[in-house]
Amino acid sequence: MIHALDETAERLGLYIGQPLANARAMCPDLRVFDADVAADAKTLSDIADWCDRFTPLVALDPPHGLFLDITGCAHLFGGEAALLKTLVRALARQGFAVGAAIAGTSVCARTLTRQATGSIVPDGGEAAAIDRFPVSALGADEAITTGLRRAGLKTIGDVAARTPSEITARFGARFSTLLAHALGQGDAPISPRKPLPDYIVEKRFAEPIATDTMIAMTLSRLADTLIASMEKQGKGARRLEAAFFRTDGAVRAIMVETGRPVTRSAVIDRLFSERLDALADPLDPGFGFDMVRLSASRTEIVVQEQRDLDAHVHDNDELAALIDRIAARIGGKRVIVHLPEDTHIPEQAAQAAPAQHHLAAAMQAEWPARVESEPPLRPLRLFDKPEPVTVPFATVPDGPPHQFTWRRAKHAVVRVEGPERIAMEWWRQDGKQLTRDYFRIEDAEGLRFWIFRDGLYEGEVFDADGKPAPPNWYVHGLFA
Amino acid sequence: MSGARMSALATLRGQIERIETAGAVHLHERVALGHGEIDGVLKGGLARAAIHEVFCEGRQGTAATGFVMGLAGRISAQRPLLWVRQDFSELETGALSMSGLAELGLDPRRVVMVRAADVESALRTSADALACDALGAVVLELWGDVRQFDLVASRKLTLAAQGSGVTGLMLRMAAQPLPSTAETRWILRAAHSPPGSVWSAWGTPRFDAELLRNRHGLCGRWIMEWNCDECQFSEPSTYSQPVAATPADRPDPAVLWERRTA
Repeated sequence: MIHALDETAERLGLYIGQPLANARAMCPDLRVFDADVAADAKTLSDIADWCDRFTPLVALDPPHGLFLDITGCAHLFGGEAALLKTLVRALARQGFAVGAAIAGTSVCARTLTRQATGSIVPDGGEAAAIDRFPVSALGADEAITTGLRRAGLKTIGDVAARTPSEITARFGARFSTLLAHALGQGDAPISPRKPLPDYIVEKRFAEPIATDTMIAMTLSRLADTLIASMEKQGKGARRLEAAFFRTDGAVRAIMVETGRPVTRSAVIDRLFSERLDALADPLDPGFGFDMVRLSASRTEIVVQEQRDLDAHVHDNDELAALIDRIAARIGGKRVIVHLPEDTHIPEQAAQAAPAQHHLAAAMQAEWPARVESEPPLRPLRLFDKPEPVTVPFATVPDGPPHQFTWRRAKHAVVRVEGPERIAMEWWRQDGKQLTRDYFRIEDAEGLRFWIFRDGLYEGEVFDADGKPAPPNWYVHGLFA
Repeated sequence: MSGARMSALATLRGQIERIETAGAVHLHERVALGHGEIDGVLKGGLARAAIHEVFCEGRQGTAATGFVMGLAGRISAQRPLLWVRQDFSELETGALSMSGLAELGLDPRRVVMVRAADVESALRTSADALACDALGAVVLELWGDVRQFDLVASRKLTLAAQGSGVTGLMLRMAAQPLPSTAETRWILRAAHSPPGSVWSAWGTPRFDAELLRNRHGLCGRWIMEWNCDECQFSEPSTYSQPVAATPADRPDPAVLWERRTA
């Protein structure tokens, strides 16, 4: 089946959806390539990235369309006609066949790209602009297009001449809405790929820049401008994105997040230099960047607080800044704090959470207090997954072991304290988990272990015949 | 050795010390550990704004962790603690458990953990963190002999610590002690609980700590106990095993110098 074809093939009368055998019969020396839907989608999204230079509101219209909302942007490029020309020429130079049009509604513009590329329709002229085009240009379902043609409605003008209630009754409400949008009566909002950033600053270069120093300088100037505009509204940035537009069309976006709103450009500078420094695949300027954009995609209102005399508040600010810097370098998920969980299952007692977002909560958390004058009852180091040990025998069936082998080393038990029985939470787990009996153990060398027997003796563990089987033993943690 | 030569040596040592520590403001802050003899040898306690190294064999990792945690608890004094570690060491000795920390009498709320993928990023993160004076201490946990941690890297950490007053604690598991710019260097082993009946209460952390290097005093080997309620080290309640005597054959240059200048 033919997925896509070029102009020459089209002139020969081949069409999309035609079986390949038929096409070969019409044109024996046809050159065929396998369709790669994923690569097509990738290319489309790369082109969308590139289109970000014209407007932040770019939406995908698969399989091969893009919507650009250029409301309020066109004057920056010398008007709508100039913008359209620049865009089409730049893409054509890269070898793409482009159909483009500007209209008041997205559906109308899409219809125009299929029939009259390059046209610019003034507001209110939508209906007049498209009424002579065939109904297939609307891009409705194949069944609806065929149905319209069968009903003798060849052009969009024919369909528009009918009353909307007739159309809705025959072809459904969705089609009549589509038609109304195409005719400029109401508009559906496009869904942009990226949320609109709260603040954007950008710098374009007549002569592309390529050196690190120039890039750093540009970023710090942009940061100054960004901070100045945010400051007027009392905002601080939580998430910042720098986008580098290369002359050959490739776009690289780099993001940093902060734990608390940033209000100083020096901080932005430092975060980006950390991030750029630590990139696994460094920024490749190629023949240079012709545009750099810095945007704040998440902002928060900053309350200008009076500085406390309490030194701890200041300390926390500095700690948060340090965490932001480390997170920018090695990733936010690698800097963590722990929050207590309300459970008695040892491995679930602490929840790791990214420090950037949970620092304040972690500082206020309530941990269970220790019992005075008791030795530590929980190990200092805990294995995420308990490690199996071999226990040859236990003197008392449900008592502690006398010796055990862990990681191929034998340990003779000298002291034991236990058992501490921890039953699993039957109201949470789906599968039945076994009750654990924990023992604190000291071996001949003075090493201290926390080992447990998984399952009650002759009560919970059974072999294939239903007879009680000896339970397994595990090391779960090590005491200091 | 004649008195004149000794004095010349001591003068030179003093000069070198002054050159090395020029600009270090926090040098003479020391925190008592609670163990009388060790505090004496350390001239009052563990020095802030310096790097201290704790070595141990692979299977003694938890004892060393407990010791480092105790040092960090003494030295950080209500300030946050940054714990930097490699991904690998967690598999080998288990993750630092917050409930275990609370059981030692320390505060899990003030611990921020950094999981570094490799040694380079762990070293770089520690150097950054040591320069941040909001922290109480930075612990860098490394597993095995690490080529990247050489004298230059060690000097970098020391300078960062001197500049900010933050203390750096290096936990080196399964590694051989090598020359570095550390203020003190320890080898840690777990010590037996004191003898008693098998079912009686036991399990207070006890360490067999050997001080290998001490820039300002003698070395030695002691049994230390961590008192979880008072959050400090102490002498063991009962000696359960023989302990090597402190080397008495070498004079302590710092003491000599003090005596001479007095």
